[in-house]
Amino acid sequence: MRNPQLTKNGELQHLLTIDGLPREILTAILDTAAPFTEVAEREVKKLPLLRGKSVFNLFFENSTRTRTTFEIAAKRLSADVINLNINTSSTSKGETLLDTVDNLSAMQADMFVVRHAASGAPFLIAQHLAAMGLEHIHVINAGDGRHAHPTQGLLDMYTIRHYKRNFNDLVVAIVGDVLHSRVARSQIHALTTLGVPEVRVIGPKTLLPSEVEKLGVRVFHDMREGLKDVDVVMMLRLQNERMKGALLPSPQEFFKSYGLTADKLQCAKPDAIVMHPGPMNRGVEIDSAVADGPHAVILPQVTFGIAVRMAVMSMLAGA
Amino acid sequence: MQLPDAEGLCAALAERLRPGLHPDTALVGIHTGGVWVAERLHAALGLKTALGRLDVSFYRDDFSRSGLHPQLKSSDIPFEVEERPIVIVDDVLYTGRTIRAAMNEIFDYGRPARIDLAVLIDRGGRELPVCPRWTGEILQVEPGKNLQLERGEGNKLTLRLIDA
Repeated sequence: MRNPQLTKNGELQHLLTIDGLPREILTAILDTAAPFTEVAEREVKKLPLLRGKSVFNLFFENSTRTRTTFEIAAKRLSADVINLNINTSSTSKGETLLDTVDNLSAMQADMFVVRHAASGAPFLIAQHLAAMGLEHIHVINAGDGRHAHPTQGLLDMYTIRHYKRNFNDLVVAIVGDVLHSRVARSQIHALTTLGVPEVRVIGPKTLLPSEVEKLGVRVFHDMREGLKDVDVVMMLRLQNERMKGALLPSPQEFFKSYGLTADKLQCAKPDAIVMHPGPMNRGVEIDSAVADGPHAVILPQVTFGIAVRMAVMSMLAGA
Repeated sequence: MQLPDAEGLCAALAERLRPGLHPDTALVGIHTGGVWVAERLHAALGLKTALGRLDVSFYRDDFSRSGLHPQLKSSDIPFEVEERPIVIVDDVLYTGRTIRAAMNEIFDYGRPARIDLAVLIDRGGRELPVCPRWTGEILQVEPGKNLQLERGEGNKLTLRLIDA
């Protein structure tokens, strides 16, 4: 079966997940993103690539950063951006997801940026568009359930490459609530596809998916041990709102064992970088001294995210 | 077909530009061949303003047909564009569409005092009202052929004719 994200010529048609994408496509996205970073320094921060195209931001789940950066990216490409506030829209009156998509397609949509609590919702939309003969409409997954958040994974890779130049000699640790994290899944697939020789996950047994090592990662339950000599520390947000039952004794207890402090960071390499996809829970998964410290590249991640999303949108629109 | 010597043409083109330059003039080369020519001109003319480089891929008019080219370069305009005389430099002038894209891109950095065009080879076949102020040489090249500037050993520039 053909990868549902690719055209028959092997070009990117939708971006739904990093899992299964060849290294050449990931590298092409990162290479394409680089010249977009320079646009932010111009008098006119706009390129004509998506002129006359309509991009619909379909956020069925709350988000500030991701929705805003997608909106900025689309606007810098001269697209018309329509933000649908789903809480006040037809869905809350009972319209199905695919009916919403059909109606927006009838309004000449060119691209859907979708965030949904249900894993697979963006794929369902892409499949539906193909069945309706609407292959010219592109879908970007902006986070679906616990499944994937591919643009976050890509901007993280861009950030790592920016600071570390290469992937093939790095040790990278992903720390915290991997179980509930679509970001972690996208990061793991991206890191292994790009050839990072050692990817570690660090967290309590209750917050790591069973058999996570089958994704090609080393598992650590002791944070100091897991951080030993790493080049990159990727913190995850403790997903309070997704926490069901008693997975954790308390956020304070979590901070004691798995919160990133300057002291624990000493175990990593002296030039290690610290990343976080945001929003941060200061004092829960990361100490303020680290979040605002010299190793943190958390704000550059946000800036690079705009260029990476511009690159993805341009590549889809040109496919 | 006998092709002219590219290095000799660069030197001749520099001499043609010299009388028309203003002290603030900036050269902007178009990736990739145009940048090589602009580097030669910049050195020969001893210009004080740093060299600009453009990759016009984001401004091309065939994006919706052929998408983005895989090997994008960053544009780099290391000077204030506002009120400055600018010379766009390219290797081979053909349809004029690349020059249109380059002018659009320059205007996104500011309003230049004027824009002129210098090209190593004018091969005819224009599809837009674009006319160079300085030309190394006019060559009649039949449609279906690509005239390319290449950089070989010791950074030596040569022209080559290939099938499109």
